Amino acid sequence: MRALDVEGLDVDLGGRPVLRDIRLHLDRGELVGLLGPNGAGKTTLLRAILALTRTRGGTVTVEGKPVRPGRSEIGYVPQRHEFTWDFPISVDQAVMSGRTGRIGLLRRPGVADWRAVGDALDRVQLTGLRHRPVGELSGGQRQRVLVARALALAPRTLLLDEPFTGLDMPTQELLGDLFTSLAAEDRAVLMTTHDLVAAVDSCTRLVLLNGRIIADGRPVDLQDAEPWTKTFGVSHTSPLLKLVRAT
Amino acid sequence: MSITDFLTDLLNPDLAFLPKALAIAVMSSIVCGVVGCYVVLRGMAFIGDAVAHAVFPGVAVAFVLQGSLVLGGAVAGVATALLIAVFSQNRRVKEDSIIGVFLVGAFALGIVIISQAPGYAGSLQQFLFGSITGIPDRDLYVVGGAGLVILGLVLALHKEFVAVCLDREMSRAMGLSVFWLDIVLYVLVTLAVVISLQTIGNILVLALLITPAAAARLLTDRLGLMMLLAPLIGGASAVVGLYLSWSYDTPVGGTIVLVATVVFLAAWLFAPRHGLLTRRWGRPGVPGAGDDANSSPCPALSPTT
Ligand SMILES: Nc1ncnc2c1ncn2[C@@H]1O[C@H](COP(=O)(O)OP(=O)(O)OP(=O)(O)O)[C@@H](O)[C@H]1O
Ligand SMILES: [Mg+2]
Repeated sequence: MRALDVEGLDVDLGGRPVLRDIRLHLDRGELVGLLGPNGAGKTTLLRAILALTRTRGGTVTVEGKPVRPGRSEIGYVPQRHEFTWDFPISVDQAVMSGRTGRIGLLRRPGVADWRAVGDALDRVQLTGLRHRPVGELSGGQRQRVLVARALALAPRTLLLDEPFTGLDMPTQELLGDLFTSLAAEDRAVLMTTHDLVAAVDSCTRLVLLNGRIIADGRPVDLQDAEPWTKTFGVSHTSPLLKLVRAT
Repeated sequence: MSITDFLTDLLNPDLAFLPKALAIAVMSSIVCGVVGCYVVLRGMAFIGDAVAHAVFPGVAVAFVLQGSLVLGGAVAGVATALLIAVFSQNRRVKEDSIIGVFLVGAFALGIVIISQAPGYAGSLQQFLFGSITGIPDRDLYVVGGAGLVILGLVLALHKEFVAVCLDREMSRAMGLSVFWLDIVLYVLVTLAVVISLQTIGNILVLALLITPAAAARLLTDRLGLMMLLAPLIGGASAVVGLYLSWSYDTPVGGTIVLVATVVFLAAWLFAPRHGLLTRRWGRPGVPGAGDDANSSPCPALSPTT
């Protein structure tokens, strides 16, 4: 059974077509990079997979079942600016907030919940900062809080929206290694990014998206200039092609 | 007036309205302090403002019909809160201008309604600035009961409110009903405002909601502590404010709000980690938040003299 299966997905926003005929599969162990220019529909695709936006047609299944918010084995790491960083809350409580839906109404976090939070913090190496207010973290540490919050649900599929944006090279590398090892632990990881170099470097597969899927393959199989110029709308002499080592 | 005189007056049966006013002021400050924490953290002060204005026609109708002011205000306020919640879900509509229109309109309606009642000038002043006399016994129970319900709901839904404050998108992905949680929160804010109207008055009630919570936010980076400090500051301001107002014959709502404002200013200047003065001449080694990375950002400014 596939970790994630998207078939013939169409999405309209504000009466305009945004995604058309999206077909995408993820298996466990894969780290897939979802690449495309601004407005290509990357965030929309992630939201459609999470059933956060209405779709026009097509199906999305996770572990063979249709997605229902709060019920599916799927973790989400939204863009960093979605989070209220000046909220007076410590790192471990912020991570615990990811389990709010699972704990359920009128219940308090129990031992199992705190253990899940502890494991997630260990996984992203934030255990030493667990009592620090989230407002006093660096960008890279914040990104790791969001990853830990998603991991606190022990999901088998992980969706990441632009996790590298605004981070320096060493931090990007650290996070890239983290995502690689998360995928290696039998998870399926799908991440959008504008960092083409990091994507070509660390992803097992790349999906080029611009309203529809233009190419889908291993980085070594995407060395033609054609799909890249088509996706990003750049010319054949664009430095972008050098960046991704396509000719 | 000395504290003992104040206590004697409190126990004086001829001044029975005084302990009643004190009880209502303290109860509503506590409730407003707790609910105000969410208002401050979500930056939704405008909703408190809108609701405070919108309850006015309800209160006015209740006044003209000789009904319960708290009930009349609650009905009008909750209706407004629901409208705002529905409008603010759709982020394409600029909700603040809609609120602006509704709110001033509602206030105008209230003034027109209340002008129909004989001797309205005095009552208008009461609505706007609060008063400690003429509180019916019934209101004591209404305020107490409503306060308990509000605090109970806050306790029950705290975890969910925090999740929605932190990240709406993620809350939806977790299967939380963000829309209904918003509505419940708006209704709680409305009820907190309505039960405070009597003593504080329509114009100043927003301060009771915001000021103690904002002061508490300056004092701590821990939400749990903030939600304890805010009602404490609010309650203490109510007691001290009422005492000063009784001693110096000043308007009670204004005095309570001024006391809370002084507390806020003090917190702003002297808060342990974020205070203006403490930061400037900050002592290094102020207890951090449990890790060792909290060195002073600018060691050169540490006091050596
Ligand atoms: N709420 C909305 N209503 C109408 N159109 C929208 C809405 N949100 C996004 N769009 C449109 O949908 C398209 C896809 O947006 P989306 O946010 O998915 O792009 P993206 O690939 O994530 O871009 P970026 O790289 O800038 O994050 C854009 O053209 C955008 O204008
Ligand atoms: Mg996006």
